[in-house]
Amino acid sequence: MDIRPDCPAIEVHNLTASYNRKPVLWDVDFALPQGKLVGIVGPNGSGKTTLLRNMMGLMKPDSGYVNLFGKSLDEVREKVSYVPQRETVDWDFPASVMDVVEMGRYRKGNLFKRLSKQDKILCTEALEKVGLLDLAKRQISQLSGGQQQRVFLARSLAQQADLYLMDEPFVGVDAATEESILALLTQMKSEGKTVVIVHHDLQTAYEYFDWIVLLNTRLVASGEKEKVFTPQLLQEAYGGRLTVLSRIGDLMAKQDFPLREKEFKEAKGTGDGKTY
Amino acid sequence: MAALYIILTASVIAISCGLLGSFLILRKMALVGDAISHAVLPGIVLAFLISGSRDNIPMLIGAAVLGVITTLIIEMLQKKAGMQEDASIGITFTWLFALGVILITSYTGQVDLDQECVLYGEIAYVPLDTFNLSNGLSLGPRALWISGSVLLLIIAFILKGYKGLVLTTFNKDYAASIGISTAFWQLAFMSLVSLTTVVSFESVGAILVVALLVAPPAAAYLLSQNLKKMLWLSTLFGILTAVGGYYLALVLDGSIAGAMATFAGVLFAGAWGWSKLTSKHSGTIPVTDKKNISTFF
Amino acid sequence: MEKLIEFISFSNPNVRFVTLGTMFIGMSAATVGCFAFLRKRALVGDAIAHAILPGIALAFMLTQSKSPWVLMGGALVAGWLAMFLIEAITKNSKLKPDTAIGLILSVFFGLGILMLTSIQHSGAGNQAGLDQFLFGKAAAITPSDLKIYIAVGLVLLALIFLFFKEFKLLSFNPDFASILGLPVKRLRFVLSSITVLAIATGIQAVGVVLMAALLITPAVAARAWTSSLKILLIIAGLFGAFSGLVGSYISFTAPQMPTGPWIVMSLSAIAIFSILFSPQRGLVAKIFRQRQNRQKILTENILKALYHLGENQKSQQNYFSKKQLLNHRKFDAAELNKGLKILAKKLWLIERETGYKLSQTGLPEAQRIVRLHRLWEMYLSERMRLKADHIHPNAETIEHIISPEIEHQLLHELDYPELDPHQKPIPY
Ligand SMILES: Nc1ncnc2c1ncn2[C@@H]1O[C@H](COP(=O)(O)OP(=O)(O)O)[C@@H](O)[C@H]1O
Ligand SMILES: [Mg+2]
Repeated sequence: MDIRPDCPAIEVHNLTASYNRKPVLWDVDFALPQGKLVGIVGPNGSGKTTLLRNMMGLMKPDSGYVNLFGKSLDEVREKVSYVPQRETVDWDFPASVMDVVEMGRYRKGNLFKRLSKQDKILCTEALEKVGLLDLAKRQISQLSGGQQQRVFLARSLAQQADLYLMDEPFVGVDAATEESILALLTQMKSEGKTVVIVHHDLQTAYEYFDWIVLLNTRLVASGEKEKVFTPQLLQEAYGGRLTVLSRIGDLMAKQDFPLREKEFKEAKGTGDGKTY
Repeated sequence: MAALYIILTASVIAISCGLLGSFLILRKMALVGDAISHAVLPGIVLAFLISGSRDNIPMLIGAAVLGVITTLIIEMLQKKAGMQEDASIGITFTWLFALGVILITSYTGQVDLDQECVLYGEIAYVPLDTFNLSNGLSLGPRALWISGSVLLLIIAFILKGYKGLVLTTFNKDYAASIGISTAFWQLAFMSLVSLTTVVSFESVGAILVVALLVAPPAAAYLLSQNLKKMLWLSTLFGILTAVGGYYLALVLDGSIAGAMATFAGVLFAGAWGWSKLTSKHSGTIPVTDKKNISTFF
Repeated sequence: MEKLIEFISFSNPNVRFVTLGTMFIGMSAATVGCFAFLRKRALVGDAIAHAILPGIALAFMLTQSKSPWVLMGGALVAGWLAMFLIEAITKNSKLKPDTAIGLILSVFFGLGILMLTSIQHSGAGNQAGLDQFLFGKAAAITPSDLKIYIAVGLVLLALIFLFFKEFKLLSFNPDFASILGLPVKRLRFVLSSITVLAIATGIQAVGVVLMAALLITPAVAARAWTSSLKILLIIAGLFGAFSGLVGSYISFTAPQMPTGPWIVMSLSAIAIFSILFSPQRGLVAKIFRQRQNRQKILTENILKALYHLGENQKSQQNYFSKKQLLNHRKFDAAELNKGLKILAKKLWLIERETGYKLSQTGLPEAQRIVRLHRLWEMYLSERMRLKADHIHPNAETIEHIISPEIEHQLLHELDYPELDPHQKPIPY
């Protein structure tokens, strides 16, 4: 199942990514529509974070590439906002809620300048939207998990992007907060933004998203949720790894095998076009 | 006058170390700083051998480059050879330090450095080596001038690069996602750390510079809710360390640098106790569950 | 040469003490250090080594004795206190382990320096000899020192031998150890104690700063050669002892040379050599393996190309020129020549003026590659749902790596298919 939207926000082409030569994403290839709430769903360790990191250029894929709005990341960087997993930062960092949200206004171009008044207004608005304005001065270590997640969300809102990539924004969040975050995401969608969310909980995925990508080291399905949520596809995504695949991955790591032969590595697209 | 010069020089060094050390511990690189402070030794000895003096600025910079190379070696051992972090730090700095000691003993005649000085410096002699104008007028200790210039450089760097430094420290992935080169900031920062350890070397030695890099910022960290306050407190604790250490050494008739490290430890203990006392009342929520962290063997 | 003979013959009692002493110290530290290495505590070891200094100074101040037993006692207490403080700070404050380690290391060391210099200046007692803990005193090992080192070394080895299984579990899988109901706390206490003991003896050879190397570098070097803990301990111990030998030899031939730094230099040289040249994990072996992989890929691609050309003409008996091969696939011309030469040497192809054809022994090889390629394409399309235009590049790599066992599993899972997704026959 791989349904192709007309005017994609993200196209992932033949992406293979590995850590220490052991592939964790195999030839993943799909496209996501604009203006939708998209869920990237799969069990733990299925490569969801790795996929997002590759989309944001945070690691170098072994093969394949990602286009955002039909362009390379560098051309559209200011339109894309990335929300890392909450655990990836040290929340004991001596900073206030507002300090973190203001990072959303940092750009390559203004790194050595002060933030403008307009920037500060955007940050205040973002904090208001996530309902944390009263905690703006609070140190981030004194927040609950859900509040921290909302700080990240506010920073992302302050970026004023068109495309949002969020890694597990519902983890460690209480039910009420989960609902309010979802309301916010829905509102963003209605403003025409594209929101891509990494999610591992099958129970809620169907309810939350319009479009679902099922991932388990390989792409299992990508399409409207009604078409993707079939028992067979879910079983395939959650029913364990393909043993042949993981055995080959182990072999590659052990023998220092290249994931792509040189001639295929450089070529953008689907190799040399010959088929045998 | 000598006392004033010693305290002044020590304060300047302590402030430089405190400012950089704050970022160092937030980047979880305290031990890389430790490694650098040892690994610059062969660089300093070579600088000596080539220039015949320890205050030649280009040579100091050359020695500092060795510190930066150390961080690169540590990183390479982890990435290319798959070595764990602690081991890569451990074998790199011990190797370079051993090389430095061997160089010193091989060229005892030419190098005005001895092993004790390497370990804890000779800040008491700082006032003797003054910077003189051609008409013989003394402008104060050479070490004060040099470490003062480095402090100015550090302050300028932090003021100008504050946002980049903070962002790459707090959330590296996010910084990279908006197109900021984390490698550049890392390199610039580590270069300054390296330069500072080289410049502080003759005053406080290889190990006690670590005390100045770590203890005042650690104390400040426990008492601060925001980074600006942490930097100010590190500065304050740095100065207190210099003054307190000097008089402690006077009372006990011991090494000034050793006394400064001891005094910094006392300040830290105070800050730790104070933070324990006050946190009982404010009811903060501990985020990181540290129950399972163990540092025992 | 004379020096070497004099050294080896051990006729000089001084040489005997120094050499045996440093060898025993090197061996004990290296063996115990393997656990510190595996538990990722290299720098805790470094901190303990520095922190021992004030313990020694205090022991001397209190007793005015320089008996090695008294000083070792002070060292053990200080080492333990430092370890306890590092853990307490990490657990009870927001400081991270690296900061706590750096803090204790430098502050304790500073305190030690303050005490030593203060003793020195006050002239209280004859303290000469205390500063040997700073730099090590390998060159001045006495018979009574030697007895201590040997005793400590034997105790350490005996304890490791006794608790081998438990320490192993503690190092590789501490959670599992507690599930099994092992007294993890007590075991850690024993392990920590012997590590502190090894450090307290070790600093007498190399001094506080370089102690971390004595503990960790042999383990790093040994790790390149083995994955078994038993062998790791043995190799590391040998490396440790050998470096002791090298260090004492150098300071014997050049007396002004410090023993400790030379021990560390030789350890580091062994480690660098091991990291580069060990057959399994070494970087050189890795580069060699990668070259072999490239060669395998190249030759297999040529075999496959010849097979395809023959398949198109429906005969594997025809000869094909280099030009035809290059037209068929974008080989690098020089690479192609190299690959053809290798294949001709193996007698897998037959060369004529007009070109090349697969030999009787080469044909099955070629068939194997094509079979693996097409099987993998089947797998990609059936199991991974890749579309026909995407599966080719992936199969291009994987065909070279599939082992006979995996091939068997593939055949079984796909139920021996006849045709690949492009409707080409799969050759068996
Ligand atoms: N830095 C890393 N080094 C090595 N392996 C990693 C690293 N990060 C992730 N992995 C491995 O890659 C796989 C996919 O991880 P990840 O993308 O984080 O999965 P998910 O986000 O779906 O839980 C996991 O098996 C994980 O163990
Ligand atoms: Mg994840």
